[in-house]
Amino acid sequence: MNMSHLPLLQQGIAVLAALVLFTSFALLAQTRLTSAIHSFAWQGAGVALVTALVAYSSHTSHLYLSAALTLGLKSLLIPWMLHRLVRQLNMERLVENIAHPAVLLLTGAALVIFSYWVSLPIEKLGLGDTRNIVAISLSVVLLGLWMMVSRRQVIAQVLGFMSMENGLFLAAVASTRGMPLVVELGVAFDVLVAAVLFGIFFFHISESIESLDVDRLNRLSEREEHS
Amino acid sequence: MIAFWLVLLLPVAGSMLLALTSSLVVSGWLNVFFCALEFLASLWLAVLVHAGGSLAVAGFQIDAFNVYLIMLTTFVGLTTAIFSRPYMKDVCEQGRLTRQRMRLYHAMFQMFLFTMLLALASDNLGILWVAVEGATLATVLLVSLYRTPESIEAAWKYFILCGVGIALALFGTVLVYFAAQQVLPDAEAGLSWRVLYQHAGELDPRVMSIAFVFLLVGYGTKVGLVPMHFWLPDAHSEGPTPVSAVLSGLLLNVALYAVVRFKMLVDGSLHSTDMPAMAGMLMMGFGLLSFMVAVLSLQRQRDIKRMFSYSSIEHMGLMTFAFGMGGPLATFAGLLHMLVHSLTKSAIFVTVGHASHIAGTQRIEHIRGLIRTQPGVGWGLLIGVAAIAGFPPFGVFTSEFLILSATIQSWPWLTVLLLSGLGIAFAGLFRNVQPMVYGAAPEGQSAVSANMLPVLVHLLAVLWLGLAIPAVLYGWLNEVTLLIAGEGL
Repeated sequence: MNMSHLPLLQQGIAVLAALVLFTSFALLAQTRLTSAIHSFAWQGAGVALVTALVAYSSHTSHLYLSAALTLGLKSLLIPWMLHRLVRQLNMERLVENIAHPAVLLLTGAALVIFSYWVSLPIEKLGLGDTRNIVAISLSVVLLGLWMMVSRRQVIAQVLGFMSMENGLFLAAVASTRGMPLVVELGVAFDVLVAAVLFGIFFFHISESIESLDVDRLNRLSEREEHS
Repeated sequence: MIAFWLVLLLPVAGSMLLALTSSLVVSGWLNVFFCALEFLASLWLAVLVHAGGSLAVAGFQIDAFNVYLIMLTTFVGLTTAIFSRPYMKDVCEQGRLTRQRMRLYHAMFQMFLFTMLLALASDNLGILWVAVEGATLATVLLVSLYRTPESIEAAWKYFILCGVGIALALFGTVLVYFAAQQVLPDAEAGLSWRVLYQHAGELDPRVMSIAFVFLLVGYGTKVGLVPMHFWLPDAHSEGPTPVSAVLSGLLLNVALYAVVRFKMLVDGSLHSTDMPAMAGMLMMGFGLLSFMVAVLSLQRQRDIKRMFSYSSIEHMGLMTFAFGMGGPLATFAGLLHMLVHSLTKSAIFVTVGHASHIAGTQRIEHIRGLIRTQPGVGWGLLIGVAAIAGFPPFGVFTSEFLILSATIQSWPWLTVLLLSGLGIAFAGLFRNVQPMVYGAAPEGQSAVSANMLPVLVHLLAVLWLGLAIPAVLYGWLNEVTLLIAGEGL
């Protein structure tokens, strides 16, 4: 597929989607929490911009609303909440130690290739650029998942979780011009409630184990049952 | 119409009212009262649907399949509320909970019922997703209600694992919507079950099979399928007992309901390809794996609630296997098993709650001599376990027998695995339960105030289903089987 054959708007969408993928990698390897939150905010802004472009190119007016919602929620409100929490918990200067950054990023790259492989059948439908977008959004989802698995800080896990949501939203917008408005409002509501609950949990966890390191959340393992 | 809106909106009203009620006595009774109203409304709804075949209200669709689960949900909700009233009052008086958290508990209990009913009644795949995610959000603070380090850890695991799982399910839903948009004239209708079933044959089989993998893994996390089951034993053992009862009896069912609905859709789409039974095979594989892993993990548990949560995984695996096998007999058996498992398991969790109150611990080796101390609880536990282990004449025996017969018909070799698994589970459960109910009670162990009415009602219903399935219920389940498998028994 040759990019230059696509209309300008489509090219713009593809470039922005690639930028969203880039922020995913930035999130994955970012050791400073505050910078990771910034990367997440940029990712939200990228998704919102893609949504606005899709709305403009397909003349779907309700997508403008979704774009505004995403911008407000994912790139302003949630990052602001996380920032405040980090300040309250005195973790601004915290730098997380990543054991093998190269392995982390290479696995991420492998996940992107895997996503392209999974979305091969969609290419056969002959819908031009859709496959690229589906593959990129699946990559963002899987990279978020990988971040949750590999990072040890609770806040990093939450960022991974939220960036998974970004990937899902991108998939919905780019491949189907957005879900119906009711569903999108419902999903946004769930994300908002989840963000609030995460905040509540930070305090509970830091009270109960005096740290936000998930390695210390190990009271309930099966191995303990033996001892 | 009115019946439907009552079923859906009563829990919301209840939740709001209970969030504002601070008196313990009043809120306990109010919770029971609202659950009773919801049960009556669902009964009315069931009668209407039974008479008319199905009911469609803007954005909602009630047919035989979901009205059966709606009734089960409100019924188990009611009996759990009856149990929770004195139980949670006890807990509160022991000082483990503050008034404020009791308000949270009652409000979220009703909110949880609302999300379950919304998920079941909705005609929209997206709303189904929103509701199932909402159920996680409503229960996550209930799991950590006691605020012990263990319960917070359990709630965190539950939150993260189910969140991830459900995110994958949303990706699957987007793919289904994408496939629907390619063939439907009105793209906006591409999330309606009703419309999708009519066009199932035209949906692109390649996209649908990718979508099903995501949906199975996603909703399967909530069903508790291995290897995505790690949240389940933790959440069940650390949360308050009424929450374990509704999680095990209701949430798992609703997630399985979603999987079965999607399987029906994917089967329609893959009908004319060279892999027509792909969805069923995947479900059989995951179901069998969960069944075997749960049966083996059950053996080494030291915590009584953990042990029974593994038993829940075992039974959910068995149901997933049965629905995956397809065909009228297996589907009928799966539906019956859903019913009897919910009733039995919530009865067991209620009894276990009382038992651990008597002993003051959840460790199996410290719970002894229940029959001596409080015969009602001891016998309740013994009979409940006999029922869940598949002893005749209880209903679980009937449904397991039907699942085995269906397996013999289509996959004879798998019967060996299933039978040995059931044997091992039986041995594991009884090895642990026998010393708990018999034997000498430790000194100073005394009876607690227990309400065994819910247990009695559930176990009698399971016994009745084992001896004779009423003709009404048989006709009803047969109608659902017709809906899912394409032909009745």
